[in-house]
Amino acid sequence: MYDAKYHKPSSVADAVAALSGAEEGKVLSGGQTLIPTMKQHLAAPSDLVDVRGIDGMSGVTAADGTVTIGAATTHADVASNADVLAHLPGLACLAGGIGDPAVRAMGTIGGSVANNDPAADYPAAVLGLGATVVTDKREIAADDFFQGMFTTALDEGEIITAIRFPVAKKAGYAKLPNPASRYAIAGVFVADTGAGVRVAVTGAGEDGVHRNAALEAALGGDFSADAVEGVAANEDGMMADIHASAAYRAHVVNVLAKRAVQAS
Amino acid sequence: MSDGIGARVERKEDKRFITGKGKYTDDIRMDNQAYAAFVRCPVAHAKINGIDSSAAMAMEGVIAVHTGPEMKADEIGDIITGWSITSKDGSPMQCGVWNPMVTTYGRYVGDAVAVVVAETQDIARAAAEVVELDYEELPAVAAADVALTDGAPQVHENVPGNLIFNWEIGDEAKTEAAMAGAHHVTELDITNNRLAPNPMEPRSAVATYDEAEDHYTLYTTSQNPHVARLVLSAFYNVAPEHKLRVIAPDVGGGFGSKIYIYPEELTCLWASMKTGRSVKWTSDRSEAFMTDAHGRDHVTKAKMGFDADGNIVAFHVDTIANIGAYVSLFATATPTYLYGTLWSGTYAMPAIYGTVRAVHTNTVPVDAYRGAGRPEATYMIERMMETASREMGIHPAELRRRNFVKEFPYQTEVILQYDSGDYFKMLDEGEKAADVAGFAARKADSAARGKLRGLGYSTFVEACGIAPSAAVGSLGAAVGLWESCEVRVNPVGTVEVLTGSHSHGQGHETTFAQLVSDRFGIPIDNVQIVHGDTDKVQMGMGTYGSRSGPVGMSAVVKALDKVEEKAKKIAAHTLEASEDDIVIENGEVKVAGTDKKMGWHEVGLAAYIAHNLPEGMEPGLKETAFYDPLNFSFPSGALICEVEVDPDTGVTDIVKFTAVDDFGTIINPNIVEGQVHGGVTQGIGQAMLEQVVYDETGQLITGSYMDYCMPRADDVPSFTLDHTCTPSPLNPLGVKGCGEAGAIGAPPAVINAITDAIGSNDLQMPATPLAVWTALQANKTAMAAE
Ligand SMILES: Cc1cc2nc3c(=O)[nH]c(=O)nc-3n(C[C@H](O)[C@H](O)[C@H](O)COP(=O)(O)OP(=O)(O)OC[C@H]3O[C@@H](n4cnc5c(N)ncnc54)[C@H](O)[C@@H]3O)c2cc1C
Repeated sequence: MYDAKYHKPSSVADAVAALSGAEEGKVLSGGQTLIPTMKQHLAAPSDLVDVRGIDGMSGVTAADGTVTIGAATTHADVASNADVLAHLPGLACLAGGIGDPAVRAMGTIGGSVANNDPAADYPAAVLGLGATVVTDKREIAADDFFQGMFTTALDEGEIITAIRFPVAKKAGYAKLPNPASRYAIAGVFVADTGAGVRVAVTGAGEDGVHRNAALEAALGGDFSADAVEGVAANEDGMMADIHASAAYRAHVVNVLAKRAVQAS
Repeated sequence: MSDGIGARVERKEDKRFITGKGKYTDDIRMDNQAYAAFVRCPVAHAKINGIDSSAAMAMEGVIAVHTGPEMKADEIGDIITGWSITSKDGSPMQCGVWNPMVTTYGRYVGDAVAVVVAETQDIARAAAEVVELDYEELPAVAAADVALTDGAPQVHENVPGNLIFNWEIGDEAKTEAAMAGAHHVTELDITNNRLAPNPMEPRSAVATYDEAEDHYTLYTTSQNPHVARLVLSAFYNVAPEHKLRVIAPDVGGGFGSKIYIYPEELTCLWASMKTGRSVKWTSDRSEAFMTDAHGRDHVTKAKMGFDADGNIVAFHVDTIANIGAYVSLFATATPTYLYGTLWSGTYAMPAIYGTVRAVHTNTVPVDAYRGAGRPEATYMIERMMETASREMGIHPAELRRRNFVKEFPYQTEVILQYDSGDYFKMLDEGEKAADVAGFAARKADSAARGKLRGLGYSTFVEACGIAPSAAVGSLGAAVGLWESCEVRVNPVGTVEVLTGSHSHGQGHETTFAQLVSDRFGIPIDNVQIVHGDTDKVQMGMGTYGSRSGPVGMSAVVKALDKVEEKAKKIAAHTLEASEDDIVIENGEVKVAGTDKKMGWHEVGLAAYIAHNLPEGMEPGLKETAFYDPLNFSFPSGALICEVEVDPDTGVTDIVKFTAVDDFGTIINPNIVEGQVHGGVTQGIGQAMLEQVVYDETGQLITGSYMDYCMPRADDVPSFTLDHTCTPSPLNPLGVKGCGEAGAIGAPPAVINAITDAIGSNDLQMPATPLAVWTALQANKTAMAAE
């Protein structure tokens, strides 16, 4: 690993300042993606700006049909948080299924969403629930935020401060883990928001997390596992690698959609 | 004595391992220590036209950059192979030259091209990244069967068609005739997937050249430091043996991959002489995936003929073995004498014939990995048996019983003679422990939940304790495979055992001490096991092939015999009795039938004080023995796996795994169970999770744990283990070896269970969710077409 200068600001403003003052600054949150990348010499930031000490960036608040999760909240905290368990149990369940206990103790929701790994779990929930990504300068709707593998609407130096989830009538997540990495070979988040059904798929698509129109249509009329039965597996845009073919992923997306509905 | 043979004592070494106090090679810090990093060939096949190290040399903290041609100019030898094989046409094997660092051609991704020596590891690695290679990429081939096709890229100019040898074993004419007359013939195409060994501790070396003494010291991660010294001296030309000390301190697992003397360790020695610095190199996990010798990688066509009663009449095998870019130390023995000689399995087979074609490819060398040849043989035979049983409608256990070897010794058609065993008993016990009787009800319960349940058998016999020196010599081995021991009784009666075996997870510090405890009745805490240092221990051959028990411990027993004999003479003299009346029990040396006795420690003291020894006896109590085994030993076992498959996803759960093994005498059941747990887990890993994948250009796809799936605790069930015991008649303890059994026996049990569940024999390892689901779809399509 190359040397980097470490900052631990206590306010968003200080973090923004530290980033803009750096030659090549990067936000550091749980470090579960960034640090391994640095160890492999695939990233060499000059400065690391740790956002975990910023007031108000960690923790969960629930009010008026909204659950707001600070960007630096760990997966373990989301999985065990009483408000999340009460209002969005499917999200708690998703967080509890990320990686292993060590990863969950360190990794954060903001880091995961900013990174937008095509096989990560959180993007499915953010898109599936139609959440809002709150940054130091604006609010971005989930539908606009995810823009393909490892690509998001974030500007250079923009910091996610929180994710705001609307509470759904029903929501659930089902994942088929990659046996090696335990990221998702496919993961499906379904939500009956009250204003319609949203189905977000992670792990499976060539362009990362996306919504599945056929499943949304089928579940829109009848939010039940049976409704998925008639939906044809669709290989278009599915990823193929040594772990799963496009046909397998397309099939598994439908299986997981059923299981997510059953879990909701 | 409670610490003796058969006692379930806890491992003495665990205190230091569990508390993080083990001392591994990377923990060694020398004064004046520098760090090496390697520049590696980025493509699978390339002609290196030039190396520009100017940017690296300009970096602060870089001491030197050295290359292959410089090593060659210093007359450092090429990497050797230790076993020559003769092709069936009588011609000697052909293999490419392995320069420790590339002189002209890089032949696999990771082939070492240059070494950077720098003040810190970070600087060395950063500098290695800026060494510029001017190279021309050449066509490459990664799969062994493709490498044999016409017009395939040539890995080495001197190995036409990439064929290293085409070896045969058995009687071709007899086998063809018997096959032609068979009532039923089962045929299967079998892939034995390529594995990365993944010991927890990666390879490491710290080399020091002492100019004043003209002497080298190498700390390294070795399973056999004496062999390393021999090879480094006699073949690699580093220094004569008395000028080279090799130390393998605590070693965190090997599984075969640390038998070999690799380019990196050799380069550290040479670089320490070039730079005048101690040079340390520790592999990271990515380098380990790229450069540690891999295991397995066979493709096979097998045919087994049966008579109308289900008796095997003929077995025919045609295997292609991927050897990789260079021929590693045991690489040629593994797919021949450790594989073809096991083709009879646990069965009386009247006719066997087969060939093995060993092939160069543009991949890292393949060599012995836990089981080495025997897992490949067992997997093939046991899949054939299960498939045949389904085709002939004979229960798989019944088909096995009909064909089991019934009397011992049993001479197979493929060289080996099995010394002992009781295959019926182990299968009976296995079926009971696995509750095979209750399987139908459990299957119905699974079906009610929409799941497919399957049961799979595997019975195996393997050859451990490699091996009688004259026999292996006649088969092409470059060395004898005996073992040595020195037992030193100190004046206070405590004992040091110097062994040529090497412990890297096997627990020798406990089990070898138990032998002493058993003999003299002293606690194991009074016994110290010394190993792994060529300056301390007499010549030895090291640990692999489950040989520490049958061969290493036999040497201990021989040395203990000599110590006991001398101790008895001293006691008889002191106690004024006849030597024949002396017995040693519970730490006391007594005259039988009297109350005359002396403490064990008093005998030790008498030997060294030497005031009153028998006429003509030398002082001291210390004996050395070398033990050359009479034969291999033949552990066997019955493994039964039960799985539940989710037909919607292909996800497979092992719900029960039973292993009943016959390891002969068991020295410590605790340690034996641990070895079986680890071996079975690696076997399950091979069957369901692990696979090295190179793409067609020879790039390594599974270069990290993101893609290479190591078994985790939740991938395996709690194992049901039991033992039967037919002691080996051919070594003094009756031990057979247990280190590899699980990895040998488990894979076919798992695959037979999955194929039973899904109703299709068309499945290769690893049985990932994708593979199982795909087999299920193919089966559905086939059934719909019928
Ligand atoms: C062994 C292992 C297993 C894993 N398994 C899974 C899994 O099953 N499913 C899964 O979804 N993930 C998995 N992960 C990833 C894990 O969830 C990470 O926590 C996550 O991807 C990144 O979060 P982090 O807090 O660690 O971010 P970091 O590694 O600190 O940062 C990641 C990236 O996001 C940027 N960033 C971080 N915070 C912010 C912010 N507030 N605003 C803007 N940019 C920011 C950083 O600059 C960096 O580019 C695994 C990781 C490991 C090591």
